[in-house]
Amino acid sequence: MSEAQSNSTNDLCIEIRNMNKWYGDFHVLKNINLEVSRGEKIVICGPSGSGKSTMIRCINRLEEHQQGDIIVDGTELTNDLKNIDAVRREVGMVFQHFNLFPHLTVLENCTLAPIWVRNTPKAEAEATAMEFLERVKIPEQANKYPGQLSGGQQQRVAIARSLCMRPNIMLFDEPTSALDPEMIKEVLDTMVSLAEEGITMLCVTHEMGFAKKVADRVIFMDEGEIIESNKPHEFFDNPQHDRTKLFLSQILGH
Amino acid sequence: MTMTKQTYVPGTHPSLPPPKGTTGIAYWLKMNLFSSLSNSVITLLAIYLLYLAIPPAINWLFLDATFVGTSRKDCAPDGACLAFIGERFNLFVYGFYPAELRWRVNLTAILLVVASAAVLWDKIPARKYMLWFALAYPLIAAWLLLGGLGLESVSTHLFGGLMLTLTIGVTGIVCSLPLGILLALGRQSNLPIIKYFCIGFIEFIRGVPLITLLFVASTMLSYFLPPGSTFDLLLRVLIMVSLFASAYMAEVIRGGLQALPKGQLEAAESLGLNYGQSMRFIILPQALKVSIPGIVNTFIGLYKDSTLVIVIGLLDPLGIGRASVADSAWLGLSTEVYLFVAIFFFISCFGMSRYSLYLENKLNTGHKR
Repeated sequence: MSEAQSNSTNDLCIEIRNMNKWYGDFHVLKNINLEVSRGEKIVICGPSGSGKSTMIRCINRLEEHQQGDIIVDGTELTNDLKNIDAVRREVGMVFQHFNLFPHLTVLENCTLAPIWVRNTPKAEAEATAMEFLERVKIPEQANKYPGQLSGGQQQRVAIARSLCMRPNIMLFDEPTSALDPEMIKEVLDTMVSLAEEGITMLCVTHEMGFAKKVADRVIFMDEGEIIESNKPHEFFDNPQHDRTKLFLSQILGH
Repeated sequence: MTMTKQTYVPGTHPSLPPPKGTTGIAYWLKMNLFSSLSNSVITLLAIYLLYLAIPPAINWLFLDATFVGTSRKDCAPDGACLAFIGERFNLFVYGFYPAELRWRVNLTAILLVVASAAVLWDKIPARKYMLWFALAYPLIAAWLLLGGLGLESVSTHLFGGLMLTLTIGVTGIVCSLPLGILLALGRQSNLPIIKYFCIGFIEFIRGVPLITLLFVASTMLSYFLPPGSTFDLLLRVLIMVSLFASAYMAEVIRGGLQALPKGQLEAAESLGLNYGQSMRFIILPQALKVSIPGIVNTFIGLYKDSTLVIVIGLLDPLGIGRASVADSAWLGLSTEVYLFVAIFFFISCFGMSRYSLYLENKLNTGHKR
């Protein structure tokens, strides 16, 4: 039995089984089933209100699901706060509106969680933070406040901040939707280089170029359901469902 | 139509100085004081009113004033009788505190300045140790003012004047902020018992006038306590004032908490910070910063409300002023007395409000929209 257990945790990073969620009477997520292997890159797309953000927010329990199971890295998400904290330590998240802490410097944004959650000594946490800030190419901004940076820079800091916790899984919730066109590329480049390092990624985005380049699988959601899940070239060249075709024709139409 | 405008090759346009007459003092005067006919009239009128008011006030308060004297008769009829203030000065400052022990009040006041500096000014040398001192200060102050442990005891009913105001004001400020934070967080709690206790407490206190609470403190509380138990009147007042201010503080801070985007807590949670850490490092620093104007507003209100203790027989500067006005040797000096009290309150309240502005500027990290 223990072998089976360790086997499943080795292969599967995230397992969502028959998950349902309601906001009041409104059924937002309908019978979601999703398995994500270690190192897999998944892009989730779909029209607004289709539940894509809600689904990935369930994975680190920013949203609570009412039915079904979510198992992240072998830990099942229940009301047990210990499990929730354990999952959140391993799962990094990047938000549409960055959500940097405006009263802390870039460096403090990056070191706060390692110091207080992982009990990393301050000097070590700062060294790690500088390493990741170099990776996202903004070490020179370390002592500035988020309000002094451009949107693209802020989002790269947000990515570095998540990476400083050395997560196994990264969730991206429309990371480029709030950015000016000129800044989208710098954030996508950072995400591509991250993908090449083999971290497990779930990314809600409408950047189809990014999906084609790095995704192992593209998932299309509509009205709270997963409609289609396929390899990128299959998904774009040969969509199976009419709803998917319509969606693709609308976003690729220009 | 002549085109004298200089043209530049695209990409080489230099930054030019602003046109003449749009900067400098003359421009400021024109824009702010004489921007239109009606504004010019109002400006001139205001200058005229100041001319009418200020010179006589200076004459009355300084040039014609009498500074030395022992009764009303020594004072010049057209000037302020400041001799009276001078004679009553100790009463205004120390109340009825024994004269030979006043050095203890002075020492407490000096240490208060040191402790406040440690808390309020972050560039003070050796701040870490200074903050420990500030933490111990309430105990030191209580020991110095009340006596005991080797010092001669002084009963709190001798407290009065400025030192009474400061005792009530500082205690209220120091207690109401943490209590207010706890109440504000409790009001947002998911646990019904905590939540409804906090709501009930806040709404009850806010629904009752402070005077009522002070009466309860001075008279009714003794009915509920076991007979013969002595529960210092000043202590009861301090508790009531702190509770009263904390209910208002809680609502001010709740406003600050609600002003924060939801994403801040989500970001903190997604990094694995627990509730306490999220509040301490992320939510409260920002919420308190947004609430600074409201917090200082509550502090100033509380400080001025301390004059209400007169209704239960404690004499703050205003109370002493009222008693002094009735002195038969010094009749007719209410202007001087109330002006003195007003200046005292104005200086402390204006100081608080300036400090709050300084703090807002210092904490502005460039994300103000």
